[in-house]
Amino acid sequence: MAVKPQDLMQPGATDYRYGFHDVEDYKFKSGKGLTREMVTQISEMKNEPKWMLDFRLKAYEIFMRKPMPTWGADLSAIDFDNIHYYVKPSEKTENSWDEVPAYIKDTFDKLGIPEAERKFLAGVSAQYESEVVYHNIREDLEKQGVLFLDMDSGLREHEEIVKKYFATVIPAADNKFAALNSAVWSGGSFIYVPKGVNVEIPLQAYFRINTENMGQFERTLIIADEGSSVHYIEGCTAPVYSSDSLHSAVVELIAMRGAHIRYTTIQNWSSNVYNLVTKRAMAHEHAFVEWVDGNLGSKVTMKYPGIFLVGEGAKGEVISVAFASEGQHQDAGAKIIHAAPNTTSTITSKSISKGGGRTSYRGLLKVHKGAENVKSFVRCDALMLDEISRSDTYPSIEIDEDQVSIEHEASVSKISDEQLFYLMSRGLNEVDAKTMIVNGFFEAFTKELPMEYAVELNRLLQLQMEGAVG
Amino acid sequence: MSSTQPTFLIEDLHVSVEDKPILRGVNLAVNQGEIHALMGPNGSGKSTLANALMGHPKYRVTQGRVQFQGEDVLALTPDERARKGLFLAFQYPVAIPGVSLGNFLRAATRAVHGPALTAGAFRRELMDKMKLLKMDPAFAARYVNDGLSGGEKKRAEVLQMAMLNPKIAVMDETDSGLDIDALRTVAEGVNSIHTPEMGVLVITHYQRLLNYIKPEFVHVLVQGRIVKSGGSELVDQLEAEGYDRIIRETEQKLAVGAGREA
Repeated sequence: MAVKPQDLMQPGATDYRYGFHDVEDYKFKSGKGLTREMVTQISEMKNEPKWMLDFRLKAYEIFMRKPMPTWGADLSAIDFDNIHYYVKPSEKTENSWDEVPAYIKDTFDKLGIPEAERKFLAGVSAQYESEVVYHNIREDLEKQGVLFLDMDSGLREHEEIVKKYFATVIPAADNKFAALNSAVWSGGSFIYVPKGVNVEIPLQAYFRINTENMGQFERTLIIADEGSSVHYIEGCTAPVYSSDSLHSAVVELIAMRGAHIRYTTIQNWSSNVYNLVTKRAMAHEHAFVEWVDGNLGSKVTMKYPGIFLVGEGAKGEVISVAFASEGQHQDAGAKIIHAAPNTTSTITSKSISKGGGRTSYRGLLKVHKGAENVKSFVRCDALMLDEISRSDTYPSIEIDEDQVSIEHEASVSKISDEQLFYLMSRGLNEVDAKTMIVNGFFEAFTKELPMEYAVELNRLLQLQMEGAVG
Repeated sequence: MSSTQPTFLIEDLHVSVEDKPILRGVNLAVNQGEIHALMGPNGSGKSTLANALMGHPKYRVTQGRVQFQGEDVLALTPDERARKGLFLAFQYPVAIPGVSLGNFLRAATRAVHGPALTAGAFRRELMDKMKLLKMDPAFAARYVNDGLSGGEKKRAEVLQMAMLNPKIAVMDETDSGLDIDALRTVAEGVNSIHTPEMGVLVITHYQRLLNYIKPEFVHVLVQGRIVKSGGSELVDQLEAEGYDRIIRETEQKLAVGAGREA
């Protein structure tokens, strides 16, 4: 089908940079609300094995039974009966760029995907709605035996691996939203890196919500076998709609002995999205897991990337940033469990609030009995750009072992008049001066990103800051 | 400059800080190419003058005028003043964590001189100027004034001055916190970047910086007023006599003045 560029722009679109959305052209769209029959239907449409259907149905029961969490952000406005739980944009996963429908390409063009791919991507796993429509794995990855598929294909083609690891890090009963995801999950990435293989180029997925009132429930599972390494990058933008959308992903990482997984996210959901994500990693002996997590958009985010250090000498690191503007609440943090001796962890959290926005750092650091010689360093810094914004810290530390070294530092600051004057005395206008200070505040995070992402993040911050001075 | 009007003209400037009057009628004219020294004891208002000229919001001008090439400076924001060619080397440069000096200077030169300078040309110029100031090239990757020694901060200030190439530069106690070697390096750096297009106002408490940067005009600020102006011989006089005599003279004059008013 041919779509003119002007058709892609909704009249009355807001000033949100990526706030365009496409004319809907979907093969299947589930009705609103969630029922047992719908869960069964999703599984049947995907031709899933029975164990997965059973898993989904059990998860559905758990979801219906579990109460809404009463801690953290306000979720009372979520109406589970007013959400599409499954949308399938085309019949099957596309193999090459040429086969991707034009209107979807247009959307990707606006988000800069093809260019990014040309530059450095190994394979693009771009999730359009709930299905992966475009999937490309470079030949050298295949030669190395690396599996990089959308989750549905992963289940079909590598059922034995999926069955062995699926939901072992985050069981359906972990929390209400993990249960919801387990019941209706669709898409996401499946990655398996064989023993000793180092994937040198970051693997990337680009997600996008495109249907009003549609929940997106992707499911990602990454297994890095012994001595292997992989870097996965997830970037998100979504169009602005008038009513609320729900994004509830589950991401499970398994780093075997001596493996290294880095998982980078830049999340820029539009300001009506509830982003309730469960991310957790299992780090075995001498494994190293890093979550690099940026939360810039959404209405509400609740996300606490976790690392279970279950093998001796394992290492975990969480670096996260959050930016909350008017009407936004970023409730983010980290969860680190030291369950083995000589394990180390670092948590670095940076948050900025402006225009009445709210950021919360919520962290759990737990050291089990017997986990001797644990070292952990937690640092959370909050920057507030005005008097009406809010920032809270909820650190929780549980130590059941004496032989540990735990450090916790926290700070709350404002942009000082002296900093502003100094930068302005060098010719920078007020917006640019504040943006520079904000960029500097996030630098610990930005420097961990590939160049293109660092540039995009700084540009997004610039856009945010342009609205911050009035 | 062939204009008869001075480049930078300060007339009857009164400045208060938190409603406390600090400057009580400063008059000073600096032309491009000239080097002026402003000396004075602690608390005389030297730094207040420097900050007020650059437009720090805490320093409130209650009376008087400041003109820069015929234009009213006081109506401009600090960044507008910078873009006109005014520069302040800070006594206490503030840290901007996470922002590298190189990136900061790239943004600043772009703001002041426009986008014409390419990234490559900027880089070359930065390296040249750093060499001039005997700075390690790796210094460009350090965060602005973050974790720097006093001497490094002052050197970074002069580097910024060199890159922005202002028409009028106010240097607020650039010598404070420097050991003798650093002082010489910084002073020689200032001399080498000084051009006939640049006017400099060196603010200092001590003579020692002026052993290297030779001012043609010297002014003494006491209790918010310039009480004496002269040539470089005034520096030697102050060094020999200290500020005591000049403070006493000022107090006597003020007492007489106060007596007359009463």
